[in-house]
Amino acid sequence: MGAIFIKLDGSMPDLKEFLKQIISLPGLSGHEGPVREVIAEAWKPLVDELSVSKLGSLHAFKHGQAIAPRPKILLAAHMDAIGLMVTRVTPEGFLYFTEVGGVDPRILPAQAVTVHARRDLPGVIGQPPDRLLPPHLRGKPVPMSHLVVDVGLPPEEVQALVRVGDLISFATEPLELGEDLIAGHTLDDRAAVAAVTTCLEELKAVNHAWDVIAVATVQEEETLGGGLTSPFEIRPDIAVAIDVTFAKGPGVNDYRGRGLGKGVSLGWGPNTHPAIFESFKELADRLDLPYEVEVYPRYSGTDAMGMQIVAEGIPTMVLSIPLRYMHTPVEVVSMKDIRRTGRLLAQFIAGLTPEFIQKIRWEEENS
Amino acid sequence: MKDLIRKLVETVGPSGYETAVREVVRTEIEGLVDEIKVDSLGNLIARKGQRSPDGMRVMLSGHMDEIGLMVTHVDEKGFVRFTTIGGVSPATCIGGRVKFLNGTAGLIYMERLESGDRLPSIEQLYIDVGASSRDACPVKVGDVAAFDRPFLDLNGRLVSKAMDDRIAVAVMIQALRECQSSPHELYFVFSTQEEVGLRGATTAAFGVDPELALAVDVTRTGDTPKGVKMEVSLGKGPAIKVRDSGMLADPRVVRWMVETAERNGIPYQLEVLEGGTTDARAMQLTRAGVPAGCLSIPTRYIHSPSEMVDYDDVRQSVRLLVELISHPVSLG
Amino acid sequence: MSANLTLPPGTPRIEEPQLALLERLSNACAVSGDEQQVRKIVLEEIKPHVDEVRVDALGNVLAVKKSSRADALRVMIDAHMDEVGFMIVDDDKEGLFRFAAVGGIDERTLPGKTVLVGKDNVPGVIGAKPIHLTEPGETENKIPIESLRIDVGAGAAGKVKVGDRATFATRFRRVGDSLLGKALDDRLGVATLIELLKNPPDGVELLAAFTVQEEIGLRGARVAAYAFHPDLAIAIDSTPALDLPNWDEHENTGYNTRLGAGAAIYIADSGTLSDPRLIRHLAQTAEELGIPYQFRQPGGGGTDAGAIHRVREGIPSVSISVPGRYAHTAQMVARLSDWEATLALVFHAVLRLDRSLLLAGR
Repeated sequence: MGAIFIKLDGSMPDLKEFLKQIISLPGLSGHEGPVREVIAEAWKPLVDELSVSKLGSLHAFKHGQAIAPRPKILLAAHMDAIGLMVTRVTPEGFLYFTEVGGVDPRILPAQAVTVHARRDLPGVIGQPPDRLLPPHLRGKPVPMSHLVVDVGLPPEEVQALVRVGDLISFATEPLELGEDLIAGHTLDDRAAVAAVTTCLEELKAVNHAWDVIAVATVQEEETLGGGLTSPFEIRPDIAVAIDVTFAKGPGVNDYRGRGLGKGVSLGWGPNTHPAIFESFKELADRLDLPYEVEVYPRYSGTDAMGMQIVAEGIPTMVLSIPLRYMHTPVEVVSMKDIRRTGRLLAQFIAGLTPEFIQKIRWEEENS
Repeated sequence: MKDLIRKLVETVGPSGYETAVREVVRTEIEGLVDEIKVDSLGNLIARKGQRSPDGMRVMLSGHMDEIGLMVTHVDEKGFVRFTTIGGVSPATCIGGRVKFLNGTAGLIYMERLESGDRLPSIEQLYIDVGASSRDACPVKVGDVAAFDRPFLDLNGRLVSKAMDDRIAVAVMIQALRECQSSPHELYFVFSTQEEVGLRGATTAAFGVDPELALAVDVTRTGDTPKGVKMEVSLGKGPAIKVRDSGMLADPRVVRWMVETAERNGIPYQLEVLEGGTTDARAMQLTRAGVPAGCLSIPTRYIHSPSEMVDYDDVRQSVRLLVELISHPVSLG
Repeated sequence: MSANLTLPPGTPRIEEPQLALLERLSNACAVSGDEQQVRKIVLEEIKPHVDEVRVDALGNVLAVKKSSRADALRVMIDAHMDEVGFMIVDDDKEGLFRFAAVGGIDERTLPGKTVLVGKDNVPGVIGAKPIHLTEPGETENKIPIESLRIDVGAGAAGKVKVGDRATFATRFRRVGDSLLGKALDDRLGVATLIELLKNPPDGVELLAAFTVQEEIGLRGARVAAYAFHPDLAIAIDSTPALDLPNWDEHENTGYNTRLGAGAAIYIADSGTLSDPRLIRHLAQTAEELGIPYQFRQPGGGGTDAGAIHRVREGIPSVSISVPGRYAHTAQMVARLSDWEATLALVFHAVLRLDRSLLLAGR
């Protein structure tokens, strides 16, 4: 097994640029088309075959070298973003909206947004003055139902351009905080898409026995739709969800937070198959890759929840990238952690022998 | 079409106990379809046509079940305690009338409330069927009932219990009658147990394995005094669902529905529903996924015993559905 | 020995061996997601009695007992191996550990309990502040689970790590007709299913699913049903008996089930509207053979049937439970006679199954 660890500088020189590019593309849950196209372009040279699922997930197949039939490993990173959706256009040209995915209304006032109407319109989320709010709300955080999006255009133009159901993305530009950190929206979960990309890059020059299917899933933020449907088509032997997790920082200071920039998070709990967990842990130790263990007593809140119970069941694992301020337009991740995740995945895949299937059977559990 | 609607809404058929509704539907569609099947959850699955080269396997789903009540206990004095089947609010119960599957009628009332309480909980309600003791009571634990209200026509605004979702069942039956030809293999699924979690559609969708799925259901309106703020109103045509709290309609399906409506001069509204979902969610997530959407019939007072639809909206919904299923679909 | 129920000859009974098995099962620790201890016992017990057995991707034990009949009905019987419990989530040093609940546990039942932690069953306690040091009015408030700790003692701290599961330390006891223990939900079901594999009802293909992760979303049952694809399914579980007196001495109209009133047949819970044909079949079987039974009050709760019946094109399903007081706490109380009635009812109901039952419409 040791022979396949080809030493590579696994980092893509332009990984940071790629990440900044994809987080700026529209692709709210259920409408991931625009970002899917760019991810497909990036993955095309790294794999053998690309296809799109019925719900719009991107499937990228890279064949292994073992004799067919080969076991399959599925890597899932969700490409959908959270955001907002227009529910009403008022006669004055203001837009009322609802959320797509989980959004804390307190981060909304004065946010820059883009309304994807008949054409893209820059806008701002306006908080009405207290005197225009019901008495019991004055001085308090304004619920989403009372906030508006103002696109600054005359009412007739707004009526002509914007419709109920139009999507609204956050428009915050990505920021580099020092050398290593990136701040922006939709790093949940496109940071993981970047991690999978760097994994595929590393696998270009590596022999691996198993087939690898990288999936950029859809609708994780709303229905886990991609995680529930792609594995039904692909029928992998193992599925790994790569997501983000809470990093310690303001508002997160107990066991549920991981160190930002301190390594990959390995998930432990009912959504994780213990033998796969142990393999990842041993490998990280051997590679001297920093990592932390994250426990989730019941649910991981990732695509693994859906993938694990597809058809006859799939052994699953959760890898997470620590991230601050989740579900705000100023999420923060460490590029180092993204690269470490990609590297750990690539080395794990490189080390997979066809016999690994036996290793993850429950009866053989030794401990 | 009003007679068909009346017949459907006045039948008793809460989730899990849709037999009587199914029989009405079967009678109406026999002879109009090539094959009828009833699966193990009681879904009525009717196939019409074969898939031609420019057609798809299309599943339509409208649910036969209505919300209702199930008996949990009959006390010594013959008063009947119950639990809810689907989303029943105590507010719509007080003083209401119910009809059990076995024909027994009754009314709902409540215990005396403590001064602070504004609404009773379901446990504080009971049904009085006119019995004076447990032994004399014509209903027992497990019996089911639906709300009982006669069908009303108020100048073209139709009112009844169970418009959710019998109006859609009526629309589907009427579309079946009016559809002359279709390139598609059409599955008209009259589903069960939607109100308790889309259960019928879940199993029916797995069995049908469609390439395209359309639910037909009701949706709320925002056109009543100090009501929910929503852009759907009675009288403005069928609603094309963009999103509800359980699913995001496939944008390609939404586009296809909008283009079809516009091309045929059928009025339509775009719908974003906060709170509530439909069979479309179950169909979308089946197997390897299915592009799905929903044709919604605007309805006031949903989940009350007096749900209201506009007859013109209903006729336009039929028109739109017929246009949708009669021609090839390009999801582009 | 057995509960003095009058049952037809050939009915499997509850005697010493069955009680001993239940004791082993109840005392074993298997929190949702970590069912290994119970899985081991199940595999040992059933291997000599079944034609096929395997453990699937989630850890479910799936066993098949074939029938000599050619067109035998394929009947799935399900019981879940997991119990509600805890996971250690943080190390506060000196042997004190923060923990989270796995599955639905009323946190008011936690203070002052003993627990066992991890694969080595390290003993620990969930303590509470001494009453002497409480402020006026403080004892009227819940102690939130976030401020409770499992204390294994500083000396044993090295034996426990974050991620370990913990269960109540209750030891099983039988007191006359009463059975006291933890995790009787659903070790009673597991013991019943094991017994049915040892004494199988003739004429059907028995597909036994010992499932995982029921308490956190019926997850094991969903994939087990997909794999088995049975003709019908029966879930055997345990359900609360809320048959204590009402505070105002009015009639208790929300008892769910009653201890001593027999096997509890489900008409409806929050996850399943039982197939009426199977409800009727169970009730008729019980009536005709004089097996004590009751109907569980409709509403609330759920069993693996909630997942099973929605799998594939749908599977006609029903649940049947042994009632127990104080479910999901350190100590449940059930009746041996109710357990025996449940075993007898499932046995005879399956024995009497005929394909024609499913031909009649739902």
